[in-house]
Amino acid sequence: MKIKAKVKGDAVAVKMLINHVMETGRRKDESGELIPAHYIKEVVAKHQDAVVFSAHLGTAVSKDPYLSFKFKGGASGESISVTWVDSQGETETKESIIK
Amino acid sequence: MTAATAKLVGKRVVNRRYFLTKLSQGAACLAAVASFPHLVFAQWSEAAFGAKELEKAIAERYPELTIEDSDAITLKVPAIAENGAVVPVTVKTDMADVSSISLFVEKNPTPLSASFYLTPGSVAEVSVRLRMGETSNLVALVEAGGKLYRAQQEVKVTIGGCGG
Repeated sequence: MKIKAKVKGDAVAVKMLINHVMETGRRKDESGELIPAHYIKEVVAKHQDAVVFSAHLGTAVSKDPYLSFKFKGGASGESISVTWVDSQGETETKESIIK
Repeated sequence: MTAATAKLVGKRVVNRRYFLTKLSQGAACLAAVASFPHLVFAQWSEAAFGAKELEKAIAERYPELTIEDSDAITLKVPAIAENGAVVPVTVKTDMADVSSISLFVEKNPTPLSASFYLTPGSVAEVSVRLRMGETSNLVALVEAGGKLYRAQQEVKVTIGGCGG
């Protein structure tokens, strides 16, 4: 997962790119077998331990999801963390410093 | 101790053990629920994300809210998407008190694509990349001040994004 957080005017713009297959459960492999669904369902972003943004995703979100949002009250040098959980219970958390 | 009292005591022991077992099972169950990876207060809704029709998906996601079309929402999507697998979408609004933004692709197998939960410190501007199986309306709903507002636009898809 890559996170870029940058002060823009009076807000912080956060962009993230998550490596994930985002399988819909409707695709078939070469032998014609359905590939099981495997996709990110929840994403939560925290600024200094306070939730500033969260998302529920479905199977229509593209492979390797890109998300961006903005919030006020953040400053350069402070930290932002993003956590995701997928449909198979896998999870990843990453921290980044606001530029 | 007579056989009768022994039986009675035995029963009582069993009962207490039964009670304690149930109690610990209950506690384990609660602990499991509490520790399950849930990140957001609102639950990911199987009913809304699994709904196969736009109207049903909207009704499941926003029960009890009526929709009003709004010019105050900027929905930025390509008019023609050459690749339906990656359609960039940006939703922006100056409305006050925005608590959530949801995106629906009318003709996808399950229209609800994503729901974003905003906080009082949020700026109502979100971007995501979506898959579109075919040419379809893209509907953005913005929940603000207890009301629901809509903006929509058609996206023409040249190559669908749901195939192998």
